[in-house]
Amino acid sequence: MSSIEFRKDLFADERDDTLKEIGKPTIRQDILGHVTGRTPFYDDHQFEGMLHMRAVRSPHHHAQIRSIDTSAAENMPGVRRVATAKDVPVNLNTLLSLINFGRDDEPLCAHDKVRYMGETVAWVIADTERQARDACAAVRVDYSVLPHVLDVEEAIAPSAPVVNEVYPNNTFDYHEKYDHQKLRFGDVNAAFAKADHVIEAEYQMSPIEQAPIETCGAIAAPETNDRFVCHTNTQALFFSLGTTAKLLDMASSRLHFIGGTAGGGFGGKVDSIVEPTAVLGAVLTGRPVRFAWDREEEMQVGAPRGGERWRIKDGVMADGRIVAREFTGFFDSGAYMRLSPYAIVKCTGHLPGPYSIPNVASNVYCVVTNRTPATAMRGFGITAADFAIECHMDRVAEAVGMNPVELRILNAYRDGDMKAHRRLAKNTALIECCQVAAGKAKWAISTDAAAQSSKVGGGGERAAIPESVTDEEGRIGTRRAGQTQGAAPATNSTGRVAAGTAGAATSGAPVQNSDMEIDAERIGHRMGSTPVSAPPVAPSPPVAPTPQAPAPNPAASVPTPPATPTPPPASEPYQPEKPFSRGVNRPGASRFTSGFRRR
Amino acid sequence: MLSVETFPTLQEAAGAVGPRAKFLGGGTLVMRAVSYGDQSFEKIVRAKTVDRAIGSHAAGLRVGAGATMADVLAARDLEFLHPVARAIGGPAIRNMATVGGNLFAPNPYGDFAAALLALDASVEMADGRTMPLADLLATRDHVTGLVAGVVFQRPESSAFRFRKISRVKPKGVPVISIAVHLKRGDPRVVFGNMAPVPARSVGAERALANGSDGAAIDAACAACLEGLAPEDDALATEWYRREVAPIHLRRLLEDGGQI
Amino acid sequence: MAKTPVTFTLNDAETALFVDPGANLNEVLRRGAGDLTTKHGCGQGTCGACTVLIDGVPHLSCLTLAETVERRRIDTAGGLAGGPNLHALQTAFMEGFAAQCGFCTAGMLMAAKGLLDANPNPTRDEVAEAISGNLCRCTGYEPIIDAILTAAARMQGRAV
Ligand SMILES: Cc1cc2nc3c(=O)[nH]c(=O)nc-3n(C[C@H](O)[C@H](O)[C@H](O)COP(=O)(O)OP(=O)(O)OC[C@H]3O[C@@H](n4cnc5c(N)ncnc54)[C@H](O)[C@@H]3O)c2cc1C
Ligand code: FES
Ligand code: FES
Repeated sequence: MSSIEFRKDLFADERDDTLKEIGKPTIRQDILGHVTGRTPFYDDHQFEGMLHMRAVRSPHHHAQIRSIDTSAAENMPGVRRVATAKDVPVNLNTLLSLINFGRDDEPLCAHDKVRYMGETVAWVIADTERQARDACAAVRVDYSVLPHVLDVEEAIAPSAPVVNEVYPNNTFDYHEKYDHQKLRFGDVNAAFAKADHVIEAEYQMSPIEQAPIETCGAIAAPETNDRFVCHTNTQALFFSLGTTAKLLDMASSRLHFIGGTAGGGFGGKVDSIVEPTAVLGAVLTGRPVRFAWDREEEMQVGAPRGGERWRIKDGVMADGRIVAREFTGFFDSGAYMRLSPYAIVKCTGHLPGPYSIPNVASNVYCVVTNRTPATAMRGFGITAADFAIECHMDRVAEAVGMNPVELRILNAYRDGDMKAHRRLAKNTALIECCQVAAGKAKWAISTDAAAQSSKVGGGGERAAIPESVTDEEGRIGTRRAGQTQGAAPATNSTGRVAAGTAGAATSGAPVQNSDMEIDAERIGHRMGSTPVSAPPVAPSPPVAPTPQAPAPNPAASVPTPPATPTPPPASEPYQPEKPFSRGVNRPGASRFTSGFRRR
Repeated sequence: MLSVETFPTLQEAAGAVGPRAKFLGGGTLVMRAVSYGDQSFEKIVRAKTVDRAIGSHAAGLRVGAGATMADVLAARDLEFLHPVARAIGGPAIRNMATVGGNLFAPNPYGDFAAALLALDASVEMADGRTMPLADLLATRDHVTGLVAGVVFQRPESSAFRFRKISRVKPKGVPVISIAVHLKRGDPRVVFGNMAPVPARSVGAERALANGSDGAAIDAACAACLEGLAPEDDALATEWYRREVAPIHLRRLLEDGGQI
Repeated sequence: MAKTPVTFTLNDAETALFVDPGANLNEVLRRGAGDLTTKHGCGQGTCGACTVLIDGVPHLSCLTLAETVERRRIDTAGGLAGGPNLHALQTAFMEGFAAQCGFCTAGMLMAAKGLLDANPNPTRDEVAEAISGNLCRCTGYEPIIDAILTAAARMQGRAV
């Protein structure tokens, strides 16, 4: 029997141990459906006269579409409708537009050019799946092939082909200012100069497909009262609904989405592609329509966790203390921006990993290439960076001749330490984790390492924000013009930010509906004096829990809107000019709001 | 438009196969092509009677083309081929996949075909013709007619060895597979996935002609790539295959194929 | 489209259907016979979610030409329980947390039933081998193997 061991001796005073379910064997509430085969997955909804929709896909990484000839396909047996880009009412979207993040950059169906192999150029709706496939094979697309780029660093070279005209530099624009996300904490170059060792290495992670056993799919059907029902296996039901409303220019009240049962997802079912497609099919034919990816499509066009390349440079003292760590990271977003730019913001908040390092600098690029667009996967934005960091820790241990577990314990963050994104670390547990893991693996560690605790030794000096150097390298467009030195954090600083500066905090909007407030009493662990539910009144760095994007360059990237949230005017309820336009780019509204809702 | 034609016997079915008509064996490859909309054929040809017999024959042993991998595993006479059959797919695949179909399975498949080639098998066609398996493999993309069975001689005990190298255990698709028949004076070394079809390694065979001691094994490994032309696919690059083929051949020759 | 008649026994029920040329058993079971308990994860033999027993032996329904099952017996997960009484495999899967999303479960159960019907006392390795063609992306195979061994023991009246 697989065994789980609960180490309740650790952090016992931080935990309320009267839980009735956690830590006890339980029978899943949905398991009876699973073992009898009766769990209703989306594809188990049967409709009389259901049609099958398939996509015609690009065989090229990058090509101009000269023309599409659908006439032969339209006359094939069983074919009800052939659709192309012109059948999509609002054929441009970005996944996170619903939270006002990023620019609309991706069509549901390509029209001017294709930007990755497998991109949709047309659809066929037919009586049977095989008839739809046969007709897809008969759609003639005249392409003029363009040069493509599949490597992140080639893509940011001045000579690289422009993949997506919405992002003409092949990079996401951060804070409307830089072509990468910066993080600056202390002065890494000064620390490298004093370090006994400087250890550099590069790490590459390939794209990884989530590969749920049930592929992405949806069935849509006309309902009474001019509505459409959509059974889907999405992991993001209301995202899919909102995206469908936007792409099909349809009031969200006309959409009845049913989900909640997914045959695995792991992040691969958030991209809201199959739902608008199936609903479009139902709109165009007036019939129930099933649009499901086959396994090859799941692997080819299903958005993976994108590939990432990381270069890490550490300054290390002879005793193993890491005094500086510098990152240069590249996320391969593929042809369109889905979740990668956002993942980078999250990732940057995580650097330099679970370690207290007094000097940290990082440049992370979200790069557009002619690969399949990337999206979420378990450990969103973190996994590849952690892979690189932990490989690098082993390399450092080898360079200084230290036990790799002891090296980690020596450098581990502790409660009260300042993190590079200027928030205090709390509930840290790396030390205990290392100790237990070493014990389980029968890996000897020194008595000193075994005596360390996450709760002791942090804070104090380690809670201070150091004076930090800043630079202006990598303004949007300069790289393409050949005016940048390189991709790594610049060595020539152009500014300094005084010690203790936490940057202007961007507050989360206050809770608008008291139902949404979390009652501190109902959270399973004991909390500090500031419960997370309390809306921050004013920025009070550095301790206040102010949800914010890492404000790595405090002097340079002061956000424009007022830091103190103004309460919503009570008398005027929000009036959209069009259904579901809230997330769509509006004049005057920032496209970049760090993911937190603004009004 | 797709259609299915069913005939009482293999002989009759053989008359109906052609460029746009595919014969259905166990269907593990044909049905995937059908479901994924393969446009290269539009007719499925079936025979109602399937020859799954396994038994002795004037020239040695005979296996009906319709015998599945599970049938092979159930046949005590074919114990030397059990490691080969067991390495193919998962249990359900083995209940369906036929020996006949394996002779036509494109790379990276064809483990059983590689083993049969190392045994110098000959192929019995439905119209009564027979031909060496090597000839069938060389022309299999445009061969006319259907395979009724394969015939080969039982190897001397422990002279036949097989090794499949795959990334997923226990049921991965092969990166390469190797079948060796150490016949005195005339050994056979066959690689799967090192050429468009299972192919003999003439270099290794020459080196092993006078025995398989340490020096002969060294020479065989050094010469084993002669004339082989592996290709890139999703499992491995051509370069990787060239790098690992001699290493796995050495292991097979030295330790008898234990993985 | 010319359709072909096919008759078979589906979990004890005589079933007669007209099938499209080239239709596979998986789509015929699901959309023709309305037995939705058999899943479809790949259509190419790699996942095992569509595993059914044909005359008691595990087959992949997605790779089976439907008309080849004429007069044969098909068992699916839908027929595993005897009325309200769950099969020992089903209870063992429930209690042993041998499923998360549940999409692989029907195929796993049929592969396991195929094994236990032929070999009531399998070893752990034999169980692992029997489900080696069935992929599970959520649960991890250990709880699944444990559950199958538990079911085998209970069916033999052995203590677990
Ligand atoms: C998940 C999975 C895993 C697999 N793993 C392996 C593996 O590890 N090793 C391996 O070698 N293969 C593997 N295969 C491939 C395949 O299952 C086997 O090669 C199998 O032996 C093919 O036989 P079949 O009867 O299913 O062929 P079919 O699909 O019926 O036919 C394949 C081809 O052979 C032709 N054919 C079939 N019978 C005859 C005949 N009697 N005369 C002339 N032509 C004929 C058909 O027309 C067709 O072109 C795997 C397949 C799958 C789906
Ligand atoms: S659906 Fe049949 S094996 Fe995956
Ligand atoms: S439980 Fe999700 S695939 Fe097995």
